[in-house]
Amino acid sequence: MPGATAALKTRTPASGPTTVDVTVNGTAVVCDRTGVIWLPDSGTLVVSDLHLEKGAAHARRGMLLPPYDTAATLARLAVAIARYNPRLVISLGDSFHDRSGSQYLPDCYRDELIGLQRGRQWSWIEGNHDPERPAGLEGDWCSQLHVETLVFRHEPNYGAADGEIAGHLHPVARVVRRGKGVRRPCFASDGKRMLMPAFGSTTGGLELRHSAMRGLFDQNALVAHLIGRERMYSVAFTRMNG
Amino acid sequence: MKVRSKPVINSSGLILPEPFSDWFASRGWEPRAHQLELLAETAAGRSMLLIAPTGAGKTLAGFLPSLAELTARSTPKPGAAGFRSLHTLYISPLKALAVDIERNLARPVAEMGLPVRIETRTGDTPQSKRARQRSDPPDILLTTPEQVSLLIANAHAQRLFAGLRYVIFDELHSLIASKRGHLLSLALARLRKLAPDLRTIGLSATVADPEELQRWLVPQSPGSDAMAGRITVTGGASPVITILESAERIPWSGHSARYAIPEVYQTIKDHRTTLIFVNTRSQAELLFQELWRSNDDNLPIALHHGSLDAAQRRRVEAAMGRNELRAVVATSTLDLGIDWGDVDLVIHVGAPKGASRLAQRIGRSNHRMDEPSRAILTPANRFEVLECQAAIDANYVGAQDTPPGGDGGLDVLAQHVLGMAAAAPFAADDLYAEVTSAAPYAYLDRDTFDKIIAFVATGGYALKSYERYARIRKRADGLWRISNPQVAQQYRLNIGTIIEAPMLNVRMTSRKTGTLSGRGGPPLGKVEEYFLETLSPGDTFLFSGKILRFEGIRENECLVSRAWDQDPKVPAYAGGKFPLSTYLAQGVRAMIADPSKWSALPDQVSDWLQLQQQVSQLPAADSLLIETFPRAERYFMVFYPFEGRVAHQTLGMLLTRRLERMGAQPLGFVATDYSLAIWALQDTGAMIADGRLSLGDLFDEDMLGDDLDAWLNESWLLKRTFRACAVISGLIERRHPGKEKSGRQVTVSADLIYDVLRSHEPDHILLRATRADAAQGLLDIHRLGAMLKRIKGHIRHRALERISPLAVPIMLEIGREPVVGEAHESILAEAAEDLLAEAQTLS
Repeated sequence: MPGATAALKTRTPASGPTTVDVTVNGTAVVCDRTGVIWLPDSGTLVVSDLHLEKGAAHARRGMLLPPYDTAATLARLAVAIARYNPRLVISLGDSFHDRSGSQYLPDCYRDELIGLQRGRQWSWIEGNHDPERPAGLEGDWCSQLHVETLVFRHEPNYGAADGEIAGHLHPVARVVRRGKGVRRPCFASDGKRMLMPAFGSTTGGLELRHSAMRGLFDQNALVAHLIGRERMYSVAFTRMNG
Repeated sequence: MKVRSKPVINSSGLILPEPFSDWFASRGWEPRAHQLELLAETAAGRSMLLIAPTGAGKTLAGFLPSLAELTARSTPKPGAAGFRSLHTLYISPLKALAVDIERNLARPVAEMGLPVRIETRTGDTPQSKRARQRSDPPDILLTTPEQVSLLIANAHAQRLFAGLRYVIFDELHSLIASKRGHLLSLALARLRKLAPDLRTIGLSATVADPEELQRWLVPQSPGSDAMAGRITVTGGASPVITILESAERIPWSGHSARYAIPEVYQTIKDHRTTLIFVNTRSQAELLFQELWRSNDDNLPIALHHGSLDAAQRRRVEAAMGRNELRAVVATSTLDLGIDWGDVDLVIHVGAPKGASRLAQRIGRSNHRMDEPSRAILTPANRFEVLECQAAIDANYVGAQDTPPGGDGGLDVLAQHVLGMAAAAPFAADDLYAEVTSAAPYAYLDRDTFDKIIAFVATGGYALKSYERYARIRKRADGLWRISNPQVAQQYRLNIGTIIEAPMLNVRMTSRKTGTLSGRGGPPLGKVEEYFLETLSPGDTFLFSGKILRFEGIRENECLVSRAWDQDPKVPAYAGGKFPLSTYLAQGVRAMIADPSKWSALPDQVSDWLQLQQQVSQLPAADSLLIETFPRAERYFMVFYPFEGRVAHQTLGMLLTRRLERMGAQPLGFVATDYSLAIWALQDTGAMIADGRLSLGDLFDEDMLGDDLDAWLNESWLLKRTFRACAVISGLIERRHPGKEKSGRQVTVSADLIYDVLRSHEPDHILLRATRADAAQGLLDIHRLGAMLKRIKGHIRHRALERISPLAVPIMLEIGREPVVGEAHESILAEAAEDLLAEAQTLS
């Protein structure tokens, strides 16, 4: 997207990491600022909650949201895939915002997706928004997938689920310092399980304190890796409020 | 009964139908000159604006023409009960006002035996009654702007309004400057099309620019300057206003005025009925609570504000009408023309934010024009003492500071266009002519109008991918129609221009151990969701005059139980704030700069200013004072521009941005009506001293150029404005049939939609509407520009060792209200460092 997002940034650049290395259930996982995780040992890239065609899904119901979300999401996904050149891509559910999403996907976006899939394996995981295999696209279709010591499924299983990587909840962390709160999408992990942030360009989020997160993590071990403007920030759950 | 309508000539030589002259005579009254003049002018077919102070019989004057005409009208033959369309529409900005007018009008109409049916229609009117009003309309319908928009968007609008003769706009001055007024002007344009002979009557308090209202009332056309006629009633005794004298210590900051409770209570005891006005809902709650704590005599004191349950408000209003109350603590819900009983005193707690507003509130007391109204101002903190004194010195109540109406919002237009399609198929040419006859849209160009039609149809995007999802379509006959009936339903659910913060119902429940059971008790009202986010179960807070214990949130309800604590743990949120008018800010600044005026102030206030003079210096009228001092490992800069909170907030954003670029590492800022404080990690005082930071550069006027644009595009402010535009224009839904979308979800997605739209189609019509809105009201760019020009070369810096007396109030605001600013990333960096430090100590 030439020029479109190249606004002049006047602030001092925040120096810091654009990736964070963690271990989940014994497997090395790299959390990337673009919103994907990378498993270096197996060459797997995972992206969750793409919510492609969210604008169109709303338009079908009478809310004419801008039709640019798919383009923006795919452009960011292309950057992440180019960086890691993965052998396998896992799309961790809610890849399309509704059932009609893949069916009515404009050809330009379909071609772009096919281009990203070329030369690698691709697994679509079933999500609550897209409980059916995407129409007219390559790739495996399954409700969960095991890679190394990890299991990938869209909705987290409450209770013990060592090595589970899930999406669905769109985690965001709210960090408060000196009475001021900052909210950012995050990767949340206690070393046993990880929740991935939603990748889609117009997806909102749910705070880690929300009741839907209850019982998923050992709160004393939980760390949120927040996606900042130019870098990653890691903050312990117990220190969210200073 | 039979009514004859033989017109009689009264003493002024004007026509008044017999029942009216008899009624006036039976009371020993004489119709007032302006009432008769209005009657004569409208009888001659003119639309009119009546400007009059409260107590001048404005309301009766407004209804006289239509009552006279209805009386003269032939009664339908019995049995031939054909459909009779509405005769008069009365539109009020407040539901309560419509209800009040019904009560006040019903009595004379009954006493004169007029064959006139009067009904109200508001958001509270039951569905069955609304349907009946469409099939069998009353003669006079008293309603609100939103209801009018709903009625004209209905397929039966033609039938309902074909015989409409009069539209009366009450408190017109309070409507026209808002989006609500824009929508109403478009509705009026449609009413004129349905009933070409209708006349309008505008009722207004004194305004700065009456011609703007006169234009608003009649159709505009290119090149012409059509105006309604105007009748101005002057006079009325000027009000007697004093400042409450208290022996207690007046606090540095805060808005509760708790210190003054004993005096306020005594004053209530000394009067028949006192209206106590405050600026925010939480102030009302707090004051009400405190008064009851002192209420040893068990005086009937009530509470009235917009968040309370409607039934509860009606009860208070009714009791007030029966003169059963000694005092009512109220917010702006009672600002406008409600005409009640024997109020003999108005107490205004907190500074009067705006001259017109104060005049309006003081007008509530003693509704007789020839006797002076009495009012007592009660400052809540030391700055407000200055403000109250400045208000009295400047004969503030006579001043007029109503804002100009401005150009009609494009988001409002989009909503209206969809509504018109829902009413009947339209041709774009016709609708354009109709819309531009409304004063706020008189200068709307055709290209913009067509863009709005395209927006309503398919979103108006450059990327044309939504043709198949179009909401309205142009058919072969050239007329635009809605695509399906759901579109009309969606329109009805999303109507209106008032975007409220997401609110939850507050419902009383009995406290059970751990669990919540049953349907819960009565609803108490509504409270903002973001306020509840800060609460944990068990926290207590003040609402509806009670201390409540927060139990939890279930679906769209906040469940509470009665708490018996003496003090609530969490004070209620301060709610809305008003920009201080330039007029007062200058008065306050002049008073501070001139020690000879201090004798009029309470000792503790003049002592405070003297101390400031010794320790630092006083902000002069022609320059800008900046103080710097260290405090708790931060370096503070406090500015005293006296330009109002909105302008200071904009200034704070821009200065923070510049300071960041200059390497001062600012962390945040807080703005009040008088001053602005910015804190940073670097010693800004030292930076100024050794020349690393140039104040001239910092305040360079080009701040309002590129910096403003760059900042605006990223700011939360523009996002918030966009959210409102997106909801009003129908891009984002307020509610969906069946499932209520919570306001919080709307906030989140609107921000993201804004980002996507801005990066892909920055010239989209809705972004244009957003930028226009932000520049008009939210930023106060105009005032800021004037200030930058004025202070150029006149910046006074004082490097201090510690906080100055004048800085204390704003420093106390820090932490009390949410800090806005651009320093988000530094907060995250700081938090991330914590983890790093922790990790190092562990290893």
